[in-house]
Amino acid sequence: MLDFLHDHYNYWVTIIIMMIGFYAVVAKSNLVKKAIGLGIFQTGIFLFYISIGKVDGGTAPVKVMGEQTDVVYSNPLPHALILTAIVVSVSTLAVALAIIVNIREKFGSIDEHDLNHLEAEQE
Amino acid sequence: MIPDQLQHQIPALIVLTPLVLGLITALIGRRGLGWWIAMLASLLVFAGSIQLLIDVMHSGTYTVSYLMGNWPVPYGIEYRIDPLNGGVLCTVALISAAVTLFARRSVASEVSRDRLHFFYAVWLFCQTGLLGITITGDAFNLYVLLEISSLATYTLVAMGKGRDRRALTAAINYLVLGTIGASFILLGIGFLYMVTGTLNMMDMAERLDAIYITWGTAEPQYQKTVLTGFAFLFVGVSLKLALFPLHTWLPNAYTYAPAAVSALLAATATKVGAYISIRFIYTIVGTDAAFRGAIPTHVFIMVSAGMAILLGSYLAIKQDNVKKILAYSSIAQIGYIALGFALDNKNGLTAAVIHIFNHALTKGGMFMALGVVAYRLGNTRLQDLRGLGRKLPVSMGAFTAGGLGLIGVPLTAGFVSKWYLVTGAIEAGRYEMAAIVLVGSLLAVVYVWRVVETIYFGKRDEGAPNVQEAPITMLVPMLLLIGASIYFGVDANTTSWIAEAAAETLLGVQP
Repeated sequence: MLDFLHDHYNYWVTIIIMMIGFYAVVAKSNLVKKAIGLGIFQTGIFLFYISIGKVDGGTAPVKVMGEQTDVVYSNPLPHALILTAIVVSVSTLAVALAIIVNIREKFGSIDEHDLNHLEAEQE
Repeated sequence: MIPDQLQHQIPALIVLTPLVLGLITALIGRRGLGWWIAMLASLLVFAGSIQLLIDVMHSGTYTVSYLMGNWPVPYGIEYRIDPLNGGVLCTVALISAAVTLFARRSVASEVSRDRLHFFYAVWLFCQTGLLGITITGDAFNLYVLLEISSLATYTLVAMGKGRDRRALTAAINYLVLGTIGASFILLGIGFLYMVTGTLNMMDMAERLDAIYITWGTAEPQYQKTVLTGFAFLFVGVSLKLALFPLHTWLPNAYTYAPAAVSALLAATATKVGAYISIRFIYTIVGTDAAFRGAIPTHVFIMVSAGMAILLGSYLAIKQDNVKKILAYSSIAQIGYIALGFALDNKNGLTAAVIHIFNHALTKGGMFMALGVVAYRLGNTRLQDLRGLGRKLPVSMGAFTAGGLGLIGVPLTAGFVSKWYLVTGAIEAGRYEMAAIVLVGSLLAVVYVWRVVETIYFGKRDEGAPNVQEAPITMLVPMLLLIGASIYFGVDANTTSWIAEAAAETLLGVQP
C-alpha cells in the first residue's frame, strides 16, 4: 500500500491540486474565486505533464559534449507543450476577469447567489 | 487558374488567413473596415475549403496531407484532410461566410460602435480556431486551437451585454464549464501521449493498435491508462459538444449572445465538437477500445443522446423566448448527431456526418431569421412575434421552412439525416432508439407549430410598432442557407456521397 502511494506520488500531487481547484470552482460563489479555482485546476494538469517528461536516470535535455554515447535525456517535449498551455491558461484568466469586471458594472455584484437572484427578478 | 504553388499551401492558408486578417483588423482600429476585412477573409477561406474538399474527394486515397514547415511526420504538425473533416471544414466556412454577410447590419445594431473592429477581430479568431480544430492532424494542436475558438466564443457571447446584461453571466458560466472541458481534453491527450509518445493522430492510432494486441493476453499493457485518458477526453469533448447532461451552459449562451453570434455558434461550434468526438472515437482510440472494451461508451452516448432528444425537445416546448426554443432544440439535434456516431455502423455514421451539415444550414438560417426579428423588434419573446407573418413575410417564411427541416419533413435536409439515422438504428437492432428519433420528431412538430401558429395566426397588438422586412444583406444569407437546406433535401447526392465516403474511411472500409 505504502509502495503504491510512493511510486505514484506525482499523480497524487496532481490529483490533490486539481481537486482543490475544482472544489473552489464548484463550492465558491464569488466569481473571482471561481476563476482562481480554474487556475489551480489547470496548474495540476501542467504538473502532470511536466512529471511525465521525467525519464529514470535522465539528465537535462542539453547535449552532453565529449565521447559519451549512452547519455539518457529527460523528455523536453511536455515542457514545450505546457509553455503553450500556460499561455492559454493566463488568457483564460484574463478573459474571465474582464467578464467579471463587466458583471460588476452591470449587476453591482460578483456573487453567484446575488446574480441568480437579480436574473430571476429580470424574468 | 490558381498557381500550383499556392494550391499546395491551401491547408495552411485556410487557418492563417482569418488569424492574420483578424490581427490586422484589431490593429488598424478603423471601425468601418472591420466588417470588410472579415467578409474578405470568410470568402477566401470558403473558396479554399471547397477547393480542398474537391482535391480530397478526387484523390484516390481520400486524403490530403500537408506538413507544416515541411517537418516530416510525426515530428512536425501535420494537417490532414479526409472526407470527414473536409466536409466539416466546408460547413464551417460556408456558415461563416453567410453569417458574416448577415452580421453587418445585425451587429451594428447590437454592439457599440467603438467596439466594432474588436468584435470582427474576435469573430475572425473564432473562425481560425474552428477551422484549425477541423483541419489539424495533431492532438495538441487541436487543444490549442480549441482554446483559441473557445476564448473567442466567450468574448463574443459577452458582447451581447448591450442588449441584455444576462449575456455576461451566460458568458462566465460558459467560460467555467468550457475551461473544465478543455482541461479534461488536455489531460486526456496527456494520458494518450504518455503511452504512445506521439501527438500525431495517425501515428498515435497506429501505436495504440500495437498496444491493443496485448490486451487479449495475460499481461495487458497500459489498459487502465488508455481507458482513463479516453474517459477524460470523452467527458471534455461532451462538455464542448453540449451533450446531455453537460448542456447547461448552452441555452443562456445562445439566447443572450448577439443574433449573429448565436447563428454562428449554433451552426458551427457544437458541430466542430461533434467532429472532435468522432475523430477521437473512430480514428485515434478506435471503436474496439472505446465501444467494445472495458467501458461500453456507446451505451452511455446512446442514453445521453436519447435523453437529449426527448428532454431537449420537451424543454423547447416550454420556453417563451423563441431564441431559447431554438437553443433547446439544438440540444436535441446534438442528440441525433451523437446517436448517429454511437450506432457504430455505416448508416449511423453517415447520418451523423450529414446531420452536422444539414443541421448547420437549418439552424444557421433560423437563428438569422430570429436575428431579423431582434433587429426590427429589439427582442424575441414569443408573444411579440404575434402576427409577424404578414409584416416579415420573407424572414418568417424562411423560419417556417427551417422549422420543417428540424421536424424532418420529406424534401428538407432534416429528412435525409433522419432517414439514415433510423435505418442505422434498425440495422444495429436498436429499435428503441429508432422510436426515440420518431418521438423527438413529433415533439419538434409541437415546438415549431407553437411558433408558426403565433407568427401566422396571432393578432398583432393594437399600437404595436410597425415593422418592415429586413435589409437585403440580412435576407440574402438567410435565404441562401434555408434554400440550401431544401436543395440538399431534394437532391442529397452530393452530401450523401461525401458523408458516405467519410463513414467508409472512418470504419476502415476500402472505397
